[in-house]
Amino acid sequence: MLISIYRYDYKKDDDYIMQDYNVNPDDCDGVMLLDALSFIKANIDQTLTYRRSCGEGVCGSDAMSINGKNGLACITPLASFSDNKVILRPLPGMPIIRDLVVDLTNFYSHYKRIKPYLQNDDSVSYDAERLQSRADRNKLDGLYECILCACCTSSCPSYWWNPDKFLGPAAALQAARFVNDSRDTSVRTRLLELDDKFNIFRCRTIMNCTYVCPKNLNPAKAIAELRLQMLSNKL
Amino acid sequence: MTIPEHSFDAIIVGAGGAGMRASLQLSRAGLNVALVSKVFPTRSHTVSAQGGITAALGNVDDDNWMWHMFDTVKGSDYIGDQDCIEYMCRNAREVVYELEHMGLPFSRLENGKIYQRPFGGQSKSFGTGGQATRTSAAADRTGHALLHTLYQQNLKYSTIFFNEWYALDLVKSDNGTILGVVALCIETGELAFLRGRAVILATGGAGQIYQSTTNALINTGDGIGMVLRSGFPAQDMEMWQFHPTGIAGSGVLVTEGCRGEGGYLVNCDGERFMERYAPNAKDLASRDVVARSMALEIREGRGCGVKKDHVYLKLDHLGEDVIKTFLPGIRELSITFANSDPVRTPIPVVPTCHYMMGGIPTNKFGQVLIVDSNGKDKVVDGLYAVGECACVSVHGANRLGGNSLLDLVVFGRAAGEHVMSHFNDFDTGLLIKNSNIELASERFFRWNSSTGSVSISEIRSELKKVMQSDFGVFRTGKFMEVGLKKLIELRDSVRNAKLFDLSLTYNMARIEALELENLVSVALAAAFSAIKRTESRGAHFREDYQSRDDTNWLKHIIIYSDDRISYRSVNEKPLTVPPFKPEVRKY
Repeated sequence: MLISIYRYDYKKDDDYIMQDYNVNPDDCDGVMLLDALSFIKANIDQTLTYRRSCGEGVCGSDAMSINGKNGLACITPLASFSDNKVILRPLPGMPIIRDLVVDLTNFYSHYKRIKPYLQNDDSVSYDAERLQSRADRNKLDGLYECILCACCTSSCPSYWWNPDKFLGPAAALQAARFVNDSRDTSVRTRLLELDDKFNIFRCRTIMNCTYVCPKNLNPAKAIAELRLQMLSNKL
Repeated sequence: MTIPEHSFDAIIVGAGGAGMRASLQLSRAGLNVALVSKVFPTRSHTVSAQGGITAALGNVDDDNWMWHMFDTVKGSDYIGDQDCIEYMCRNAREVVYELEHMGLPFSRLENGKIYQRPFGGQSKSFGTGGQATRTSAAADRTGHALLHTLYQQNLKYSTIFFNEWYALDLVKSDNGTILGVVALCIETGELAFLRGRAVILATGGAGQIYQSTTNALINTGDGIGMVLRSGFPAQDMEMWQFHPTGIAGSGVLVTEGCRGEGGYLVNCDGERFMERYAPNAKDLASRDVVARSMALEIREGRGCGVKKDHVYLKLDHLGEDVIKTFLPGIRELSITFANSDPVRTPIPVVPTCHYMMGGIPTNKFGQVLIVDSNGKDKVVDGLYAVGECACVSVHGANRLGGNSLLDLVVFGRAAGEHVMSHFNDFDTGLLIKNSNIELASERFFRWNSSTGSVSISEIRSELKKVMQSDFGVFRTGKFMEVGLKKLIELRDSVRNAKLFDLSLTYNMARIEALELENLVSVALAAAFSAIKRTESRGAHFREDYQSRDDTNWLKHIIIYSDDRISYRSVNEKPLTVPPFKPEVRKY
């Protein structure tokens, strides 16, 4: 199998090159794309650089552009590349540090901007849990599972245009996660803070986010619902 | 060269559940806390925890923290320290409610309370009242929910993150006090001396010493390596938990919660074999018991598949609704890694290295301990350890499912509180010599001028092979001796290993070289301790010494970097309740 990988070091290189590696999937210690990358790093080229941690699609480290579609290397089977060739590039729209490693500072700062923590002004007592009905808890399904891998945000043309002002699908999804938590008492403020031309209204329902999400979440839908909630909040 | 110094009130190494719970305690009190992590916090291995966090909330059924304590002591095969186990079980309710208040999206029962499920080794009425239902869960993504919640709280309270910084070594003053760490910025290759009144190690486990493991690639025992290199000991390093249900082939974890929800294991005859090994608890016996039973089934030719090298975990009888509501992540993993949808077909599973019960010995405040010349515990000034890298010891020879997340938050919080309440007792005027800092950065420069020819990845893969074949579920003295010899050779070969990539930018080859030294330290400590313990206890099963020997081995083994071994007594004096005496362990 031919694996063609984007190589670049922001401190040394003027431009990138695509470097080809030939890997026999049978030699790899596993059946996923990450296993092939590990094989290359261990046996062919120590300098190949990518992030990795859990190896099972829950930590979100090894997001990259795989044949043009963002995904996680650790849950992408080598067998899924029908023509025995794969092209790996770093996530688009993000500054590149080295090879497949991008700088996610801006991505994380949008996350921080939506105040991603439960706000509740009730008096605190740790003698019991706050009650939450199953129906209310179910509203968090499809929102809380985000692994912050940045597949969605880095695939979003609206984010490419306005990375400074548009939250991007991942941060917007997390905004929805807290707006929809029955235990959060700052929902009105949250919605007011989101209310400008960019934060969520730069979404053009291109749906790349939903198309690439490795956890099968639907940020586009969450954004649409946030807009509705924002409008009814104003009425 | 001079290494720039940055000063903080406290330094925490590791941003998993334990590290972030500790940092939260300190940041919330207004302290200046540096949290050093080699990965972005939500990529820490806590994220992979699935089934839940155990606490006697009694939301589903009668419960009592003392029953939880009994189960934990029994689960530990009686070498867990009972003062610490009591502390953990007593505080369990409060820390879980705290997490809920922080926003952790627990699943809920019909009455709105936190959802709880049965887990292995849980009982009511001190083992006499049948199965308890004690593990609180957010579907089967409890670790993910917990880790993200703690990261969010740390953002709220302005913890200072050193994300993608790798801690090289502890900085120790001439009198033995710990003053900080030297850390390497992975992105730029710069070094910094991060100084604090206290250092809390929360570096997690080291499952990467095994070939087949549920652990993340980052679990390389960095904290254990740092502590050993500083001349302090590690404890009970022979105790490695093999989780009964790793997906065959990939090692990906399948939660015990599957069996808690009613799933069970079958062999090639379709027989529910756990009924034979543990007539009462069946599939919810302790993990060591289930893992051994599975290994026996496979060894005796009753494994499944073409190679008969795994057994099946059957879930389809639970129905699609239960699986989709409470085990959605498992379904996803099983489809991805085993090509099997548990709604219809069983999951092929095999015992897989999962958890390090041993670690850095600490008291219940997380303070790191050494044993002085009179055999008494002595605290290391300025150094704490919490979470999987620590050995408090609440897990002894076998950890119960759901007790790991609990351990993280209980002792993360306890260490944070202890640093707070002793904040003015730390000696801040201590002189730090350049030589102290140079010693802690020595590893970095040594790899930069490595001249050998041996490949780093080759040493790593050999090491994993040896650990897998000679220090697995079943252990035998003569095979372990052979394994140990190979490990010693591997340790010697590290000096001749070559780092080819000397770039300063995001150099993961350098990180892997630095990690290799820690993996080797951990593996050697495990091997020496396993050979030393001539009995079978908990996860440590010796074919040449098949029974438990309380006369000689009701004690902790501690080991130093020069392979010297000594012992610590087990604490059998709980804080307020009567002790639990060793009994024959049956499930």
